[in-house]
Amino acid sequence: MREATVRRADLRFRLGLNLRSVVGRAYPRVIGANREPSWLIFEVFLPLLGIAAYVFIYQAFYQAQAAAICPSPCTPTPAQLLALHQAGQNLNALVATVVLGGTMVAFWLNVLWSMASQLYWEKEIGNLQLYMMAPMNRMALLGGMAIGGMFMTSVRALSTLVAGIVVFGVIFSVANPFLLLAVFFVTLIALYGMGMMFASLYLLWGREAWNLSALMEEPIFFSSGMYFPAGGLFSIPTWGPAVAIAGSIVPATFGLDALRQLTLPGTAPLPLLPPVTELEILLVLAVVFLVLARYTLAYLETLAKREGKLTSRHQ
Amino acid sequence: MPYAVETRDLTRIFAGKRHWLRKPDPEEVERGVGPTTALGGVTVQIPEGELFGLLGPNGAGKTTLIKILCTLLLPTSGEAFVAGHDVTKDVFPIRQRIGMVSGGETTGYGLLTARENIWMFSQFYGVPSKVAKERIDGLMKVFGLWDRRDAKVRTLSTGQRQKMNMVRGFATDPDILFLDEPTLGLDVNAARIIRDYVMKWLKENKGKTVLLTTHYMAEADEMCDRIAIIDNGKILACDTPENLKRTARMDTTFQLEVDALRNTDGFTAIPGVKNFSSKNDIGKNMTHLTFILDGEAPVADILSRIMSQGSKVHSLQKSEPTLEDVFIRMVGRGFE
Repeated sequence: MREATVRRADLRFRLGLNLRSVVGRAYPRVIGANREPSWLIFEVFLPLLGIAAYVFIYQAFYQAQAAAICPSPCTPTPAQLLALHQAGQNLNALVATVVLGGTMVAFWLNVLWSMASQLYWEKEIGNLQLYMMAPMNRMALLGGMAIGGMFMTSVRALSTLVAGIVVFGVIFSVANPFLLLAVFFVTLIALYGMGMMFASLYLLWGREAWNLSALMEEPIFFSSGMYFPAGGLFSIPTWGPAVAIAGSIVPATFGLDALRQLTLPGTAPLPLLPPVTELEILLVLAVVFLVLARYTLAYLETLAKREGKLTSRHQ
Repeated sequence: MPYAVETRDLTRIFAGKRHWLRKPDPEEVERGVGPTTALGGVTVQIPEGELFGLLGPNGAGKTTLIKILCTLLLPTSGEAFVAGHDVTKDVFPIRQRIGMVSGGETTGYGLLTARENIWMFSQFYGVPSKVAKERIDGLMKVFGLWDRRDAKVRTLSTGQRQKMNMVRGFATDPDILFLDEPTLGLDVNAARIIRDYVMKWLKENKGKTVLLTTHYMAEADEMCDRIAIIDNGKILACDTPENLKRTARMDTTFQLEVDALRNTDGFTAIPGVKNFSSKNDIGKNMTHLTFILDGEAPVADILSRIMSQGSKVHSLQKSEPTLEDVFIRMVGRGFE
């Protein structure tokens, strides 16, 4: 006769348990990506089409501006050359704005659809109840989803960045790489913290929360300035500043603005705040979202258990 | 004696579908759209080491009870303890000790192999990877899944998938295993492998407990140390299979096969008929009747009532009581 497994509950065991859970949940995403390479078409090539559309609009504006500065046939004077150079720099800054926006869109979509709403799918296929009755922390489960999702998303983000440089000829100039990395990683932590908070809604609402995610997609692209400088919203009278301020709750807004300023020193169009201030705000957002996620997950799990919505499918 | 599972007056009421803007319609409440009592004061005690069966038809409350014990659902009132811990307050030690496998589960990810899927779930219990892989390999051999260990889950058949779920259930070495209709929809061989392993596992592992829900009477009879018969959220009886059958043995059980009956009302009005159930076989155009009688005297009246409808009796058999007879005796109907 075999003796039963000894059960531990000390801090070391719990830490190990949650780390294993993160790895366990990240595994299917990383492995899945390797086993079905068709995702490359959807995650790498198709998003470039959307970015290209914005780039072509900005390039068309540049052509019109250049023609106005020096009408064809053009033999530019030194003043016209300076104006053309300035217009070229503006074009580079705008195209870089779009490319960086496209990079961060990848992460935002990952947070919305592959993490927050993922619990809806898990419930539909019956995994959620197995996750919820396991002893791991729910943050570990979502952390695993986030890390696994980041693998595919990073490929999309990186390919967007490379395409921006190689295809659209964007020139980035990084003066402070450490600050740049700090802004990038803190933005991701804050963004995924926000996703974890939204994920808790799916424990209770299911399909209704799915609609909420759909509702949040395009308005947040707009208010966060994914494809244009968010500072531009302040120049719109009445509703513009309100939308910009509301959009700044999403960490992508300040993160993106800071990344633009740090990669386009002096030429980033319409910045919101200095990058260091934006990093500080992002740090606060990261802590707030992670703490809120921890408590909303626990609260909504209890509520879902009370209402019997943790295991019922097809809500 | 320490109880692996203990419930006291456990009640669960589901509020039903409501719209936050609309008052509940009394007609809808009447149709069952309103509150439903899934469990109505269930009290059970399952000692460590027991294979305890919950036997009842669909909608009896079996799965609701398991979900409360698995910390997936809160009771409306009453108390439930698993391994001595309150399911509403102290979930971590419970979750460390339990496992659950449901029949017809479609869990896991189709892109992963069977082995990877089980490994993934084992990580959520903190099982070291090496230990998990050894256990999984051993269990896959036992359940006849070794040849399919590297097959993607989406390519597995229903039976193979259920075997994979069973391996998942055992791979975390739970102290208390909840099996919710584990052989649902499986062929005879697959069901046999699962039943045999569950009984062997209990025998070989000290202090392990299994709570099995099923509506297969023979399965409950064969496997369980004790059985609780549950219907409409209430425990009607709880004893060993032998003792339950003994209560039915005091009665006489007759089974009849007759031409399809239009009307089965009125059989209970015949003196000496304690209860009966009927099952229609549409393919054969026949009705199967089971009567629990107080002696053999009512048989003549039953036959004349059947023949008065122009129905022909194809067979009449006095039988040894089964758990189904116990259920019919208590509830007044069969499972289907």
